[in-house]
Amino acid sequence: MGDIWEGISAGFWLVVTLDPDLVEITLMSLRVTVTATIVASCLALPFGAWLAIRRFRYRRFVIAVLNALMGLPPVVVGLIVYLMLSRSGPFGVLGLLFTPTAMIIAQVIIVTPLIASIAHQAIRDIWAEYHDLLISMSTSKWQRILTLIWDGRRALLTAALAGFGRAIGEVGAIMIVGGNIDHATRVLTTAIALETGKGDFSLALGLGFVLIGLAVTVNILIHAIGRTERDGKW
Amino acid sequence: MVTPILPLVMSGAVVKRRSKTLLGPVDLTISQSGFTIIMGPNGAGKTTLLRSLHGLERFAQGQQRWQVPLQEARRRQGFVFQSPIMLRRSVLENLIYPLRLRGTKRGRATALARDWAQRVGLDDALDHPAPQLSGGEKQKLALARALIPQPDIVFLDEPCANLDGRATREIETILQKANAAGTRIVMATHNIGQAKRLATDVVFLLNGQIAEQSPAHAFFNTPQTPQAAALLRGDIVE
Amino acid sequence: MIRILACVLALTGTTVSAQTLKVAVTTSFHNSGLSDILLPAIAEDTGIEVQLLVVGTGQALRLGEAGDVDAILVHSRASEEAFIANGYGTHRREIMYNDFVFVGPNADPAAVADATSAADALTRIAQTEAIFVSRGDDSGTHKKELSLWDAADVARGGDWYRPVGAGMGAALNTAAGMDAYIIADRASWLNFGNKADLDLLFAGDPVLFNQYAYIPVDPALHPHVKNDVALALEDWLTGEHAAMLINGYTINGETLFTFNAQTGS
Repeated sequence: MGDIWEGISAGFWLVVTLDPDLVEITLMSLRVTVTATIVASCLALPFGAWLAIRRFRYRRFVIAVLNALMGLPPVVVGLIVYLMLSRSGPFGVLGLLFTPTAMIIAQVIIVTPLIASIAHQAIRDIWAEYHDLLISMSTSKWQRILTLIWDGRRALLTAALAGFGRAIGEVGAIMIVGGNIDHATRVLTTAIALETGKGDFSLALGLGFVLIGLAVTVNILIHAIGRTERDGKW
Repeated sequence: MVTPILPLVMSGAVVKRRSKTLLGPVDLTISQSGFTIIMGPNGAGKTTLLRSLHGLERFAQGQQRWQVPLQEARRRQGFVFQSPIMLRRSVLENLIYPLRLRGTKRGRATALARDWAQRVGLDDALDHPAPQLSGGEKQKLALARALIPQPDIVFLDEPCANLDGRATREIETILQKANAAGTRIVMATHNIGQAKRLATDVVFLLNGQIAEQSPAHAFFNTPQTPQAAALLRGDIVE
Repeated sequence: MIRILACVLALTGTTVSAQTLKVAVTTSFHNSGLSDILLPAIAEDTGIEVQLLVVGTGQALRLGEAGDVDAILVHSRASEEAFIANGYGTHRREIMYNDFVFVGPNADPAAVADATSAADALTRIAQTEAIFVSRGDDSGTHKKELSLWDAADVARGGDWYRPVGAGMGAALNTAAGMDAYIIADRASWLNFGNKADLDLLFAGDPVLFNQYAYIPVDPALHPHVKNDVALALEDWLTGEHAAMLINGYTINGETLFTFNAQTGS
């Protein structure tokens, strides 16, 4: 018990005194995950919408694959991205391995299926409601997708936040492709793994508090968006 | 002078769902002017006929032809569903939407939308979320949204089915004004009084087929089929 | 796809100074805390920003083979020589050594504290079947441990032998949790924060010495590696300032590393 309290209080002090390492690591985490979430959303939201309104032969198969990819083990993604970006790999010349960009790529791959899948379900519901109206107004395919994305924006924001939540807490993939380099690619989760490895629980716990705080914030936001949806406001 | 899109000629149209015939074969011509009321007992195919005319149904057989290419015809017609479909946006945005689809500038679209909101009595609710309106308000909004791009023809599927007298009267007034201004109207209704007030001609459907098609006064005074006579008397028609 | 990639690059592009050098080092070296002393001094003396990739020896060698790092600093002689022989590195330069120690529960059921040699210590553990945690991750420390078992010529692999497949710190955490014996490098042990009931029980056998060597990745094989910067770092690591810092580094008053680079190569 002593260890736990010691760690918690030390971690707490790191947070309230804005320890420079803690701040730097947190900002790196946010930079990587926010960028990854934005990029993944740009890919996943239109794809999810397209999948919801487009009828084609292998649609069910694609949806099944998408749902399966949601459970993609991050470590496997990390390994594959590593092999791709390694100097000996096909994209080695770009020199991206062990940079924040590599971590962003890995996170984009991990969260895109999740965001696309949630987006697909949300858009499918709105599409069922709007179908006759949008056909009647002889909208083009792109006008339909844009309308559904706009009117489903709350649900889609929820999808993006879910993607953010998954990405910010991910450690396996970014440890492999980022390398956890101090002052370069160290983020909350990899730092926690490192400090735990050193048996230095206070910094690990301080970082853990920040991570938990971010996760709680994200979930409060998702909840709040759900409320505005029900109230029909905004 | 813009080429008129009417008359619309439907010939030998058959609509099936899971091998069950819902409509047809139907031969029907929608002339250039007038206010056509589609009547018939429940399940006679009124909704399917309207949706077919509007192009929402796939024909198993037959075809229909506008006087202009299909793409253009699609843009110059409107539809009001029995249960109005509201975009999850404000009243104003619902009205602007069809104009923006046609490339109208936002400022002009907003001005038109305000004008139409006033015409249908929704000017107090412009910023209100459309899905939260009452049934009558939703139907008026749907009507205004269908009329705002100034279509050549509007199809309406029992727009007053669940409305009280006052809302019904307001909608009829809007429709008569639009009709007087040159908009061709084709509307399905159950309400015999409403049909008598609005119709210039009547299409009477039975079991997916046209049983009778006559000018309004002829239909109401001397119906040609026993079922139409029974319907007008207020009997149950099977 | 290219546009998206370009977009990502634009979003994340950092100004990477020309003088950064990626070096793969072992967890044991990093856990010692010595890097926290050396890195700022390197930056000040040479302007080189060293980016450490803290991995096991096995992975460090793989990173070097793939050309993903510019140099490696590891401690597993046989693997290092194979690395050079296969043409991945230009040469091997010994820098310093520390030593491995036997750590175990302070009750010491296997009486390792009374052992006369590393082989004797392992024999005692095997005979009493006391729980022993092995790194089991193909790291330098793991390879060292295996070579010690082979030298002691006792059978391992019973229920009491627990390979955890983890880094030094995680393995020490596991040992602390199970009151188990473990072989650790002295630096990791001294810096380890969660000692619980563990104690240092045996050390000092010369076979336990742990030689660190620096190997620049061969630019003939990977033209993009910064060989000139890697050589500049080697000069610094084998120089006087490095010798002073390495020999002077202590934890709780104990010296951890002994500088033994041959100068003026």
